[in-house]
Amino acid sequence: MATKYDKAIASELIQQFGARPEMLVQVLHAFVKRYGFISKEAIRQIAAELNLSRAEVHGVVSFYHDFRTEAPGEHILKICQAESCQAMGSRELTSHAESTLGVAMHGTTSDGNVTLEPVYCLGNCACSPAVMVDDKVYGRVDTEKLDGLINECGG
Amino acid sequence: MANPVTVFVPRETAAVSLGAHEVAEKISLLDDVNVVRNGSWGASWLEPMIEVVIGEQRIAYGPVTVNDVDSLVDADFLNGGEHPLRIGPTTEIPFLINQERWTFWRCGLIDPLSIEDYLAHQGFAGLQAAFKKGPGFVLEEIKASGLRGRGGAGFPTGIKWQTVADAAGEQKYITCNADEGDSGTFSDRMLMEGDPLQLIEGMIIAGFAVGASKGYIYLRSEYPLTHRVLTKALVVARDAGWLGPDIQGSGFDFDIDIHLGAGSYVCGEETAMLESLEGKAGVIRYKPPLPAIKGLFGKPTVVNNVVTLGSVPLILKQGAKKYADFGVGRSKGTLAFQLAGNIKRGGMVEKAFGLTLRELIEDFGGGTASGRPVRAVQVGGPLGAYLSADQLDTPLDYEAFSDIGAMIGHGGIVVFDDTVDMAAQARFAMEFCAVESCGKCTPCRIGSVRGVEVIDRIVQNDDREKNMILLNDLCNTMIDGSLCAMGGMTPFPVQSALNLFPEDFTK
Repeated sequence: MATKYDKAIASELIQQFGARPEMLVQVLHAFVKRYGFISKEAIRQIAAELNLSRAEVHGVVSFYHDFRTEAPGEHILKICQAESCQAMGSRELTSHAESTLGVAMHGTTSDGNVTLEPVYCLGNCACSPAVMVDDKVYGRVDTEKLDGLINECGG
Repeated sequence: MANPVTVFVPRETAAVSLGAHEVAEKISLLDDVNVVRNGSWGASWLEPMIEVVIGEQRIAYGPVTVNDVDSLVDADFLNGGEHPLRIGPTTEIPFLINQERWTFWRCGLIDPLSIEDYLAHQGFAGLQAAFKKGPGFVLEEIKASGLRGRGGAGFPTGIKWQTVADAAGEQKYITCNADEGDSGTFSDRMLMEGDPLQLIEGMIIAGFAVGASKGYIYLRSEYPLTHRVLTKALVVARDAGWLGPDIQGSGFDFDIDIHLGAGSYVCGEETAMLESLEGKAGVIRYKPPLPAIKGLFGKPTVVNNVVTLGSVPLILKQGAKKYADFGVGRSKGTLAFQLAGNIKRGGMVEKAFGLTLRELIEDFGGGTASGRPVRAVQVGGPLGAYLSADQLDTPLDYEAFSDIGAMIGHGGIVVFDDTVDMAAQARFAMEFCAVESCGKCTPCRIGSVRGVEVIDRIVQNDDREKNMILLNDLCNTMIDGSLCAMGGMTPFPVQSALNLFPEDFTK
């Protein structure tokens, strides 16, 4: 996922939306897709090209869960923490993931393979509990299925 | 060579989350088979549910995983052969045929990205009626239908549209709130994945009625598959001349952009959504001014939920009266209820208002997945009150729920069995509010953090009596003093848990 920051490409990511400040959230998505996170360098360049202050861009970055400011692991494993999944054992599933990976929520494994994150509803509530690996959703996930997914991430 | 057999395999998040892509891929490798990726019928407990077209019938099999395909082939499933996973004709599945499908009638039936299929199933008939009869007719018809906002607040749609139509200004906007963040809800997603062209048609009609030429769909980023389907649907509609300048020679211009949310729950609140659409942090706005007067970029703006807009085309095609004939009292029409959590037969059930919670959970849902007794039910998302098993005979209409201090909201129903710890659920309500508060008003921002602490002290029996008084006082402050529903309704699950399940707080 990690790609080296490149000013010309970053500029393209900004300009594809016409360098309009109202597209800031969409621009930030494009950066996360490419670089995995929003770096200080990115904030500086986005602010300059959208004619916003760095504080304004930082305010938006820090408001939204999707815009992390540090490089995540190779894969991102999100476990739904909302009510429907709680009713089907997501708390136990979360503890299992934390002990298997040896990290707490928001942590990244020491080998850099997996970042564990909470998510509040994936809209797969009839097939709870639900998890997401990168941008793929899985339903009716028990500990065995989760172990399989974690293994795939480690490969 | 025989004609290829058509097999439907849903491209819908629930089905895909259980392996539908792999099933579709494997079946497409068989000889003389044409795989069509449809939406889901809503019987999520049967997903991935595939259907084989035999003559006039569609024979369903489910839940099918990739490992079942070989044995299905051995059982000659392409000719409807017997197999342990054979369900029978889709039109005979009780979960489906006992529904009253209005907004979701095409969902599962058609190929969502085929304009031909859409047109063959009354697609754009509502828009054509609108073009023929004019904006005034549309406004009157939507008002007469009694349609209310399906996002949760239940505001009359026709009145909202009339306000925007009457507002001064050249530039107006239609925004579709597809930030479906309530746990236990997925009907917006199902509609967008299963019948996206209907949403597009509903938005064009709204634009035509109020005089707006631009629409935005604010879609939550947790729905990547939905994003792909919607993006393609916009292209399909544009290519066929049903979106863009001078739609079908009507002289009416309308186009739609998709904006992704970024993982914030509060952006489902309409003014926070507008801020986010403008590229800013999703901090809520004071009301008034209403978005209908001063909304996106300060212009008059319709903010409607996906299901609301999706219900519009058929109302214009069939007539307002037909829609209003469904339902009870001031809760007209149908609602897509969503059965979730600890439920045996989870999925989407579109029914007229007025059936009871028990009918939904027991008759459609078959009780809990665990087989244990139902202890608590949360209706209407994380801001909805918890109900006890004694309240299951409450009829599902806006007013009846309001009378017992609950809300139907977006129609999500999350079932818990008797292993649930209601003190933990009450704590979670406050914790969630603390994580998701936009931070603008103090009762929500600080109250939620204090709420978690006070509940912890109560559970630890630390000065329990005094802390109970404090918690109730805090809840009332949040209800009365918060700017929006986030802080203003978080106390409802907390207080209902306290009132109905006090024993869980004194363990």
